Amino acid sequence: MAVSELTLAAEQHAHAVTTEASGAVLENSWLLIALPLVGAAILLLGGRRTNSWGHWLAVALPLASFGWAVAALLHMLGAPPEERSYAVPVYTWFSVGGFDAEVSLLLDPLSISFALLITGVGSLIHIYSVGYMAHDDRRRRFFAYLNLFVAAMLVLVLADNYALLFLGWEGVGLASYLLIGFWQHKDSAAVAAKKAFLVNRVGDMGLLIAIMLMFTTFGTVAFHDVFGAAGEAGQGLMTAIGLLLLLGACGKSAQLPLQSWLLDAMEGPTPVSALIHAATMVTAGVYLIVRSGAVFEAAPAAQLTVAIVGAATLLAGAIIGCAKDDIKKALAGSTMSQIGYMTMAAGLGPIGYAAAIAHLITHGFFKAGLFLGAGSVMHGMNDEVDMRRYGGLRGAMPVTFATFGLGYLAIIGFPLLSGWWTKEGIIAAAFESGGAAGMVFGAAALLGAGLTAFYMTRVMIMTFFGKRRWADDAHPHESPASMTVPMIVLAVGSVALGAALVFGYRFAAFLEPAIGAPEHHHAFSMATMLTSWPSLAALGLMVLGVATAWFMYGRREVARTAPRAGLVTAAARNELYGNAINEGLLMRPGQQVARALAAFDTSVVDGLVNGIGTSVRDSSRGLRGAQTGFARTYALTMLFGAAIVVATLAVRI
Amino acid sequence: MTDIPWLTLAIALPALGGLAVALLPRERVLAAKWTALGVSGAVLVLVAVMAARFAPTGGERLQFAEVYPWIPRFGVNYAVGVDGIALVLILMSAVLVPLVVLAAWHENDDADDRGKGYFALILVLEAMMIGVFAATDVFLFYVFFEAMLIPVYFMIGRYGRGPQRRAAAVKFLLYSLLGGLLMLVAVIGVYVYGGTFLWSELVGPGGALAGVDTTAARWLFLGFFVAFAIKAPMWPVHTWLPTAAGASRPGTAVLLVGVLDKVGTYGMLRYCLEMFPEASRWFVWPVVVLSLVSIVYGAVLAIAQSDMMRLIAYTSVSHFGFITLGIFAMTSQGQSGAALYMVNHGFATGALFLVVGFLIARRESSAIGDYRGVQKSAPVLAGVFLVAGLAGLALPGLSPFVSEFLVFIGTYAFHPVPAIIASVGVVLAALYILWMYQRTMTGPAPEGSARLRDLSRRETWAVAPLIALLIIFGVYPQPLLDAINPAVEATMRQVDVTDPAPALGDADTTASGQEEGDHE
Repeated sequence: MAVSELTLAAEQHAHAVTTEASGAVLENSWLLIALPLVGAAILLLGGRRTNSWGHWLAVALPLASFGWAVAALLHMLGAPPEERSYAVPVYTWFSVGGFDAEVSLLLDPLSISFALLITGVGSLIHIYSVGYMAHDDRRRRFFAYLNLFVAAMLVLVLADNYALLFLGWEGVGLASYLLIGFWQHKDSAAVAAKKAFLVNRVGDMGLLIAIMLMFTTFGTVAFHDVFGAAGEAGQGLMTAIGLLLLLGACGKSAQLPLQSWLLDAMEGPTPVSALIHAATMVTAGVYLIVRSGAVFEAAPAAQLTVAIVGAATLLAGAIIGCAKDDIKKALAGSTMSQIGYMTMAAGLGPIGYAAAIAHLITHGFFKAGLFLGAGSVMHGMNDEVDMRRYGGLRGAMPVTFATFGLGYLAIIGFPLLSGWWTKEGIIAAAFESGGAAGMVFGAAALLGAGLTAFYMTRVMIMTFFGKRRWADDAHPHESPASMTVPMIVLAVGSVALGAALVFGYRFAAFLEPAIGAPEHHHAFSMATMLTSWPSLAALGLMVLGVATAWFMYGRREVARTAPRAGLVTAAARNELYGNAINEGLLMRPGQQVARALAAFDTSVVDGLVNGIGTSVRDSSRGLRGAQTGFARTYALTMLFGAAIVVATLAVRI
Repeated sequence: MTDIPWLTLAIALPALGGLAVALLPRERVLAAKWTALGVSGAVLVLVAVMAARFAPTGGERLQFAEVYPWIPRFGVNYAVGVDGIALVLILMSAVLVPLVVLAAWHENDDADDRGKGYFALILVLEAMMIGVFAATDVFLFYVFFEAMLIPVYFMIGRYGRGPQRRAAAVKFLLYSLLGGLLMLVAVIGVYVYGGTFLWSELVGPGGALAGVDTTAARWLFLGFFVAFAIKAPMWPVHTWLPTAAGASRPGTAVLLVGVLDKVGTYGMLRYCLEMFPEASRWFVWPVVVLSLVSIVYGAVLAIAQSDMMRLIAYTSVSHFGFITLGIFAMTSQGQSGAALYMVNHGFATGALFLVVGFLIARRESSAIGDYRGVQKSAPVLAGVFLVAGLAGLALPGLSPFVSEFLVFIGTYAFHPVPAIIASVGVVLAALYILWMYQRTMTGPAPEGSARLRDLSRRETWAVAPLIALLIIFGVYPQPLLDAINPAVEATMRQVDVTDPAPALGDADTTASGQEEGDHE
């Protein structure tokens, strides 16, 4: 068939033919979004009446969405690969002149993969939260926000145009803001929430300008039409669009230079960190770049910048993760780093897209599992987050230890576990992309692998091994089943999902109609993965990282307070001075400008007008009399004056 | 349809209601309140029925038109009629007034007339607000434009807040008078050149103003524009607004900023652009620059404020910058966005002022520093505050996003640089709103201070409709745009401007082909 030839043969970026959805499952796939949205509405508007059962409703609705997504996937798999792309028009959001913003969904292999991740991992974390938030008197509100997040995130990945994507994009930003600041009575939480929203808005500004530029260039903001014409626009224009999209991605995905909000975002309850700030929302930038592949294919400079940003962030995040004593912040640094991997892969072009998305999915499982594990530890340790007050917890929390341990093995790239498969994919893609750039990116990925092994081993040892350094009132205990069962499910994913996706090129082939394929498939054969020199180097660096951490933290006793740090460690503890830079360059000058302008407004702008008023008053005695009179006099004077003018007019004409 | 004088009824009903309230004996304050609520509610019903009968497409440009000679000797008519833009603004005003009445129920209980006069003034003002949007005779418009000052002057000076209220009222009046006088000169000029005050006879290629020489038209344009810029308010003639809003009761501020200021931007769109097309095109860049200054300057000043009423006033300076930017971008997205912005801003800022009013009712202060951790004791109030604030920062899903987005799209199509500069406002808006929220609503509640009550039933009813409208029109703004779009198209034809074509022409055709496919 001509269509399939076109799809498979295209070297650059092939798009399957999108047909209008048919059948009850696909036609009504807006329900994916509507179900959790209704949940949020019921819980927020229902008030206290829903306190007793609201959280169960909030668990059931994302689960129903997950079921619907599975049904849609099965439906999709029933069609030939090149026809697995469905348009689901819902209604016209707004339309003026030549501009249309449609509420219209795109179901294709890429979006359904995200939908499954969001609703699947999302449902597990909802279940976990039932236990985790059991003692919080605002639990209903928490679940409402979680449902709101799931709905917004689904809008983001299911939109078939940039305007609707932007709705989801800022919608998840709102949910993130509400949940980071969920414990608003703490100043630190409120400040962190505001910071996250603000930094994200800087990125959103980029996305917004990209949308404007697309409309003036292509006359449309629909994916299909923009991608179809991307090759025709000039390279300068496409580079601008690409860089603006990257700015948006940097905000949402905490990539340099908009990374500073993510570590502060750990102020939110731990399930939020797991769902939003590890598994799903922060990966939206990677989604945006992969989805906009056609744009970046037409803009090589922008694409290279994506890879550079990713490589820099993967190292920066890993370095930060090495020095943090707060378990959640160590994991957050890790998240930055892992998303750096994905961003770098997405910047490699079609050769890296499948690897980026595959790692995104497996990371969603093992990082969510790690965060839930951290939450479970905190739950048992009176919300203590300082790993220097942990130690030897493996006996007290066997299930948490086992599931966290499997997530740990997955993230450091222990052979045959999920992370190994997908991270190997990225490392291989980097080296295969060729040239000096490919070598640099590959080297960064390898170095990152070593650092990952170091900082995660450090977390593992400080938390579960060694001597007990607990606070006096700590009585660690295993968490209830509602928390451990989701952790177990995620651990199973951490172990097996990578092989299931990568082995036999299954996932890449599934994604191919949506994101295109590289010229040469680099099939993930077991033999090359275990024998190619990058793989062996990665393995060696991993062992080195683990060993170093073991020597530093396993063999020696961990101090209960952080020892004095050298230059590098201090920099890492201070998040590489990102906040100091922001404060020095933006916040303080900004405050000064605001103060200066406020003074200018009262003294100069207003003063000038008042001055004119005063001089008029002084030059007219009669008016001065009026000025000191009662308010009423003014109105009458005014009316009188107007009447005289009108009368003059009447007489003259 | 023409048998019922809808617009005259909509003007007369609140005017008579205001008179009735004023004539009520002094001790019947409760009756005055209920009369005000009943009359403004009836006006809303009337206007809503009228709006339902409005034909966005296929009908006349000005519908529900009535023309009666008023002062035949000078060609002055009582002429009213609405297009889609005027209609949605009247609708917005009619929605806001009953809510303001409800919110202001106890605000003036300690005034010497216990607030009776305040409610009479609100109704009188409503009549004038509907009149000013409905007028299709330039002189009648001028009369309403000036007459509106009187009730507002008393609402600030007599029923306002703080010791500075009289000074603020005078400042408001002097500023407005200055603009009004300039406009009066221009109005006379229009008559001198055109020989008529009827808007429908003045505009158009064959209209009475078509032959005016370029220089004269530009001066006349300026006369109107300066008056509208003061009203809007635009930088650098904005300083009356923070003073006036700071000294206003929140209900007054809602009508002042939400409705009255819109007369400025509405006037630009309806009078400046349509009567003086050449001058409008000539003045595009100066106005765009002033708009950009307003957007950034207003936002930065909002960040620097320590009083919530003044803060919201400065955010409005920024928002009005977006409106004028959209109008003078001379694109359909820009102008439709600007017209929609006027409605959305009325609801969003209205809600924000009302919530601050509820805070003032509890602690007699609008200073940010007097509040902390309010969400702990008054979660519903804090929630409403947040939603209204998020509307103010144009969060997608709430209605102001749609209009701001359209202004951006339309401005970028006009020229990229102003759109990019304006987009800084997006970040600043997040800062001034969320920082205010953080400082007042979050954090630990200070010890020793009395817990704040959460919203009462009356307060909830006053603000809930606005929140609902922000969400409804955020998700489904098309009904409003269906009314606005034809009017904007007519304006653009009149100014003789067209939307620039996309850089890639053939991509556009693919786009429309695809859309048709999507619509089945």
